[in-house]
Amino acid sequence: MNNKQSINQPHSPTPPSGGRGASLRAFLRKEFLHVFRDKRTLLVMFGLPIAQILIFGFALTNEVKNARVLIVNPSTSIENSKLIEQIDASSYFTVTHIASSRKDIEHYFRNNEAQCALILPEDFSSSTVSPPQIQIVTDATDPNFAKTVVFYLSAIITAFQQQSIPAGSIPMVIKTEIRMLYNPSLMGAMNFVPGVIALIMMIVCTTLTAIAIVREKEMGTMETLLVSPVKPLALLIAKTIPYAVLSLVNLSFILLLSNLVLDVPVRGSVVLLLFECFLYIISCLALGLMISNIATSQAVAMMISMAGILLPTLLLTGFLFPLENMPWIFQWLSNIVPARWFFIIVKSVMLKGMGLQDIWMETSILIGMTVILLAISLKKFKIRLE
Amino acid sequence: MRVLLFILRKEFIQIFRDKMMLPMLLLMPVLQLLILPFAADLDVRQLKITIVDNDHSPYSRSLISKISATDLFEIYAISGSYDEALKNVEKDETDIILQIPQGFERNLIREKTESVAITADAINGVKAGLGTSYLNAIIQNFNREIVMEWANTPEVSASPDIRYSFWYNPALRYKNFIVPAILVLLVTVISGFVSALNIVSEKEKGTIEQINVTPLKKWQFIIGKLLPFWIIGLFDFSLGLLIVYVVYAIPVVGSLSTLYLFAVVYITGILGFGLLISTVSNTQQQSMFVAFFFVMIFILMSGIFTNVESMPPWAHFISNLIPATHFMHAVRAIILKGSVFLDLWVDMVYILCFDVVMITAAVINYHKTA
Repeated sequence: MNNKQSINQPHSPTPPSGGRGASLRAFLRKEFLHVFRDKRTLLVMFGLPIAQILIFGFALTNEVKNARVLIVNPSTSIENSKLIEQIDASSYFTVTHIASSRKDIEHYFRNNEAQCALILPEDFSSSTVSPPQIQIVTDATDPNFAKTVVFYLSAIITAFQQQSIPAGSIPMVIKTEIRMLYNPSLMGAMNFVPGVIALIMMIVCTTLTAIAIVREKEMGTMETLLVSPVKPLALLIAKTIPYAVLSLVNLSFILLLSNLVLDVPVRGSVVLLLFECFLYIISCLALGLMISNIATSQAVAMMISMAGILLPTLLLTGFLFPLENMPWIFQWLSNIVPARWFFIIVKSVMLKGMGLQDIWMETSILIGMTVILLAISLKKFKIRLE
Repeated sequence: MRVLLFILRKEFIQIFRDKMMLPMLLLMPVLQLLILPFAADLDVRQLKITIVDNDHSPYSRSLISKISATDLFEIYAISGSYDEALKNVEKDETDIILQIPQGFERNLIREKTESVAITADAINGVKAGLGTSYLNAIIQNFNREIVMEWANTPEVSASPDIRYSFWYNPALRYKNFIVPAILVLLVTVISGFVSALNIVSEKEKGTIEQINVTPLKKWQFIIGKLLPFWIIGLFDFSLGLLIVYVVYAIPVVGSLSTLYLFAVVYITGILGFGLLISTVSNTQQQSMFVAFFFVMIFILMSGIFTNVESMPPWAHFISNLIPATHFMHAVRAIILKGSVFLDLWVDMVYILCFDVVMITAAVINYHKTA
């Protein structure tokens, strides 16, 4: 605080309040110019959410569609070909090859022309005393895919078997009604929209802010700024505001995209969501300030924010990978990542429509983190350059 | 040829003069391969289920014990009402709800039919999909058992006997799937980023002018820029392969020479791509962000976590144009399945086309006159 005074005093001992406001405005204008001058970075900034929303929303599906089936059919019985027809007719599978011997499986698996193989018995008719034996072989290089394929394929076979039993002789049937909450079409996007929000804000507020401040240091213009009559704190605020604004614009853009393109609306209160985003933005900006204090060059600032901030955010928030599968040390570490709490909050408010009473704990953790980060970064902010 | 040797020497000196470079190139692959497979685990191991039992009959109890006997489901709570169970879902404490209606047993015996309701938290699609189909399978099994017990009719006892076998990964280890993919990720990130920063950093420093006034030919300059990173990329690939074998006990089933052939061709393409970004950018920050953007798309669309064939046609088309997709497929097929070159020649053609396009574009875009 004393340093600050000594820097300011020679220039403007008692700046008139209007004058100070004017210079702050001028600073803000300068910072906005900096941001909007770099068109390519801006393009990436808005291209990133579009690409991510499209990829996560449409391209990455966990559904099984048209899985390629190889059928080993040793007989020409009508029953067998009926079953093959039924498998081919389902949207999950496409029968690509019909082989006569199981030796062919290896070949088709290797060149990826088949992902699973169904080995049918000589005769599938239900008149035989012993139950027909069917074998399903899957290419389990992708374990989740293989598991799903096995479930679907056996469901089709079982249903087929039940059809062949004359009606009326089935003594009891338990029907299942399946309902998918929040995301009826099992879109990959649901989990990702909050994750994309957390990630983009982190990139804009932390990485870009840190680089912008370090660039002024690197180019030597920081000196010029510090000797100006504007207080260092005002300087900092002026530096961070454009990025905060940019990330808010980006946020509305993402919400709009997810509503219009993905049909993922904000189910809860928008005001609450904005408040939580505001909290998160401040914590991200504080992180950016901290990095700018440590880093000596743009390259170092980039490395720290990519490897030290962005990567943990990607891995440890639980939006790409479930936290419960991770070793305990990762789970423990994830608690100190602000994005993790923010992700839970956005998921609850946006997708589940929950209110503040359900997420007060996560919110207070986020507030606590924001306050601590802000305090550290302001205390560490050097107003003199070595 | 002698000129090429000089420029290569200059490039190597330049790369290793940066103190951060060597540790980064050595440590990054090791750390990525040691950390990422533990974090990137999409295996569905255990689902928490809340059961709303409104029947409290021998049948409903027997169904519940069937569910608790499997290792996929952990019974989180037996709850009295659906609303209470829904609260558990909202708090993220349960993944799936099974409702057994009142009169479940009575209706089954009298009416011969009854429904149960499965409600899944589908925000995580993998979990919801696998969970509901698995739960459904348990219920159908239970159905068969009670039918056998009740009627013991020969027709029904002839229900199909389905056996499964999972090839190439019988234990269904998720690491076998993800570790080779992380090898691809690592080669892509390292080769893509370092080469994207290279020419632009000469531009920023102004040293590009000095190179421009030398009699050096365009192609000599480009090769001089590519070759060191090409060697580094292959070195990192080998280092990664060693870690895959030693740490994760995943041996290369197929031929090593085919694997390296793919790696060599792929790294060339990615380096060309990085150089192209570098020639069109003005600052390191710009080229870094542009490279980050494309590398992210490459990785996500390459089928690293999801099946490429399940994508909608437009996405499948884009995915096919991305070399990472083909390299990912080839690496997985060679390491895990032992596929041979003849099985993978289509992938090779795609990667080669990418190489030609990228390098040509990089050479055209690099102007010796500023």
